[in-house]
Parts: sequence; structure tokens; C-alpha cells
Amino acid sequence: MTLGLDIFTIAAVSAGALFFLAGTVGLLRFPDALTRLHAVTKVDNLGLGFVVLGLLPQTNGPFGALKLVSIWLLVQLSGAIVTQLIAGAVRQHGPRG
Amino acid sequence: MTISFFFDVGLAVLILGVGTSTIIVRSAFAAVIAFVVYGLLLAIAWVRLSAVDVALTEAAIGGGMTGMLLLGAVARLRLAKVEETRMSLPACLVAGVSCALVAAGLATAVLLPPAVVPTLAPMVMENLAQSGLGNPVAGVLFVYRALDTLLEKVVVLLALLGVWSLAPDSAWGGMPGLRVYAQPNSTLTFLAQLMPPLGIVVGIYMCWVGAKDPGGAFQGGAVLAAMWLLVMIAGLERPPSISHPWLRLSLVIGPAIFLAIGLAGFVLANAFLAYPSGYAKPMIVAVEVVLTLSIAVALGMLAAGPPERVRQQ
Repeated sequence: MTLGLDIFTIAAVSAGALFFLAGTVGLLRFPDALTRLHAVTKVDNLGLGFVVLGLLPQTNGPFGALKLVSIWLLVQLSGAIVTQLIAGAVRQHGPRG
Repeated sequence: MTISFFFDVGLAVLILGVGTSTIIVRSAFAAVIAFVVYGLLLAIAWVRLSAVDVALTEAAIGGGMTGMLLLGAVARLRLAKVEETRMSLPACLVAGVSCALVAAGLATAVLLPPAVVPTLAPMVMENLAQSGLGNPVAGVLFVYRALDTLLEKVVVLLALLGVWSLAPDSAWGGMPGLRVYAQPNSTLTFLAQLMPPLGIVVGIYMCWVGAKDPGGAFQGGAVLAAMWLLVMIAGLERPPSISHPWLRLSLVIGPAIFLAIGLAGFVLANAFLAYPSGYAKPMIVAVEVVLTLSIAVALGMLAAGPPERVRQQ
């Protein structure tokens, strides 16, 4: 049972790390601000989502799990909103504004 | 060679890299962003050193609040269209040499410690139970070094007075302008409607657990200040005039009650800032609660900046 959960953790966290890697490559390689933002939001949503999902079986009790999920939700919220604000600023003033 | 060793080395390298980029980048905005990242990385380093109290303070004050003050400064400089002035060579040299001396002094202290490192930690842990507190950091801050803590809070107020004194005469007593941060925007308004209930609970919780676990007045106050600023910047609530009696009362009530309890110590416990035995914890918690309020208001007004216009009646 524990072994199965551990394997699940390793697989999910690795998947999360893969998304982080992909997001970082996108951030460095994509041509303009809007596409770079697109790359970074994937990291927030899926990368951190997989890491949190993978860590859930390792928490001590439901409160630990709840904390992890709320951290993910808060990061989702702030990530999505900051992305919107940056994208709005880019549209309004151009990438150098 | 465990995985945490590699994590620590990676973290240290990252901190040095981000720290260096803070100095090297040419644009002030990029430097401030690097500084905020530096603060957050430093917070992780403090967690690795098991100093969670320091980590919380670093993330809230070092990264968050200072970063916000610096961002405000950058935005104001941009509005003021200050032309870039370069420091003269001797000034650069003096700054560089002083920084190098400080770094060398710190390096000596860290790399060549005395054989027996002087510490008061065992004494603190031994006597902590008397105060009724569970968090040794809170014990040091409010029992053993209470005078430092009191003066620290007064310094925050002095800093706020410094910011206010930058106001032009015509705007004295008016309200700070927050337009330098952001234009009102529906996305920002949404965040400002959604976050404060969560943030206020977290801020109060951080203040409350400060007596027992990592947390405390400064960390909780910083979170509350952030929520207040969010609401003001989104334009949901106007910033208060600096002459508002309630504002001034909430600014001074924390240090004033701390001072009053300290003076009461002369009568009740025969020393300034001493607590009568058995009542230490409730008194400290009471001081922390009012300090959290004062710190939140002071930090919020610091970031809001000097008053710019008098409210139209």
C-alpha cells in the first residue's frame, strides 16, 4: 500500500517537474510577453497541481492535505490574476511601457 | 551527500546569483523584481535553518513590503521624469569599499567562529515556561528584549512621519495618492473582493499563534496591511486622510499600550517592561494584538506614500 502511494507520489511530482521544465523553457524561448505569460501559467496550473497531487498521500491527516490544496488554489488565483494584469498592461502600453 | 545537501547548495547559488543580478541590472524596475525574488529565496533559506519566524518576517517584510515600497519609488521616479544621474567615481569607490568591508566582516564572523560560540539560547529555553509562552522567539522579543521590540515599533512610526513630511504644504492632512501603483481595473477589483476575507483570517491567525508557534505581530500586521493596500489600490476604498483621528489613534495605540504596560511594570513587578508573574502571557498577547493593528496601519500608510491631495468635502 505504502509502496503504491510512494510510486504515485514520485510519478505525479515528476510530471509536475516536467511541466515546470517546459514552462521555464517557454519563458526563456518564446518570442513575446503574451506567449511567455502563456507558458508560465501552465506551470502554475498543471506543474504545481501535479506536485500537490503527488504530495497529498504523504501528508499527515486531512488538515495537511487541505493546506496543500489551498496553497495550490491561492497560487492559481494569484497567478491567473497577475497574468491578466500584466497582459492588460502589455496590450495598453506595449511591451516596453 | 543527501538530497537536501544538493538542495541547500542549489539554494545558496541561486541566492548569490539573484543577489548579484539585483546589483548588476541597469533598470530600476528589474532590480526591484530581483530584490523581491531574493527576499523569497532568503525566506526559504531561513526555513532550511529552522528559523521559521525569521522566514515569515523576511517573506512578509523583506520581500513583500520592502518590495512594494521600492516599486512605489520606481513608479514615482518614472512619473517625476528624473533624468538619470550617475554617481561620481569616488562615491562609487567609497560605497564599494564599505560594502566589501561589511562582507569581509560577516564572512570572518561566519567562517571563523570562536571555539565556544557564546549563546543565551539554553537560558531562554530554561526560563521560557515562566512566561507561559511556547515560542522562544516571542519570549525573547517580549520578555528578554522587550525594550528593543518597543523601540522597533516606534521606529516604524518615525519612518511613517518621515514619509508624511515629504508632502507639500497644500496637501498636509490630505490623503495619499495610490495611482502610482495601478489603474483601477476589473480584474484587480475581483482580486480585492476575493482576497481580504482570506487574508484577514490568515493575518489574525499569524498574530494569535505568535505566542506558541512561529508568527507574531509583525508578520500578521504585514498580511493585514497587504489586504488593506489591495482594497485601496483597487479603488474599493479610499485611503484615509492622514489627519483622521481614528487613523492616528490606531497608529499609536500599539506602542502606547506596550509602553503603558512597561511603565506599569514599575509598580507591579519592580522593573520597567517586567510582567507580574502569572499574568505575563495574557499581557503579552494583549500587546501583540494592539501592535498588530498599529503595524498593519503603519505599513499600509508607509506604502501608500505621502499625502497628495486634500479630500473634497
